Amino acid sequence: MNVPSSDLFAALAGGLLIGVATTFMMIFSGRIAGVSGIVGGLIPPRRHDMDWRLAFLSGLVGGGALLRVFYPEAFPAALTTPTATLVAAGLLVGYGARLGNGCTSGHGVCGIGRMSRRSLVATAVFLSTGMLTVFVHRHLLGAAS
Amino acid sequence: MSHRGVAFITGLIFAIGLGISGMTQPTKVRDFLDISGAWDPSLAFVMGGAVTVYLLVFHLIIPRLDRPIVGERFGIPSRRDLDRPLLLGSALFGVGWGLGGLCPGPALTSALSGLTPILVFLAAMVGGMALHSLKTHLMPIKRD
Repeated sequence: MNVPSSDLFAALAGGLLIGVATTFMMIFSGRIAGVSGIVGGLIPPRRHDMDWRLAFLSGLVGGGALLRVFYPEAFPAALTTPTATLVAAGLLVGYGARLGNGCTSGHGVCGIGRMSRRSLVATAVFLSTGMLTVFVHRHLLGAAS
Repeated sequence: MSHRGVAFITGLIFAIGLGISGMTQPTKVRDFLDISGAWDPSLAFVMGGAVTVYLLVFHLIIPRLDRPIVGERFGIPSRRDLDRPLLLGSALFGVGWGLGGLCPGPALTSALSGLTPILVFLAAMVGGMALHSLKTHLMPIKRD
């Protein structure tokens, strides 16, 4: 473990902002700010339930564009992950989040924040399989990053 | 304000929070999941910070509101059952998250970062979501 304390402060500050964002949506719209649920609801799009989902998506992507301009350190200089790994990862993340009804935001933040039993279990499961995957991928199969 | 405005602002603050926190660095996410290597605990602070705010607001403010400021009612999931799709879906999600170091929020936040590999991941993620929609469309869920 060799992480500068500035990283931990940044992590905490970013986490607090994520908390503000997700509770803002709950207080104002009464909705769960789960990324995979909101975006997944656009696939396929339904005419009367699209605009707020697209607005959320625009905010997220637009916020990322702002980061690129004002805080480019947010992104790595390069990503060397092989294409096959990215495809497998994307398919599993997309399919798994929809099947499990949520991802890191919906279950991991909003769900745990509500102390939902389903979300506590879901989060424990994806943290465990995530850790197991990194262990096998990095230490047994020798993945580079 | 409209639901659209609320959603846009939520997405914007969310993205900035993700960027500041380190979640848009796939290697850092994998370092967090790598408990047998040089473990990076940062992302526990991300989740800790976010969950603390949510816990406080959800338990102190939401109960004092009759309804959301813009909406008609709070849409809060009430299910408590631990069914197979929840467990299997979360397990698969975790494998994908570990493989790429990316989950949906940070990946979408990185869409315009200029990193082409992110677009490959996003295309596959949308494909995975579409596969799920297709499956539920062809085989409607049987509640048992």
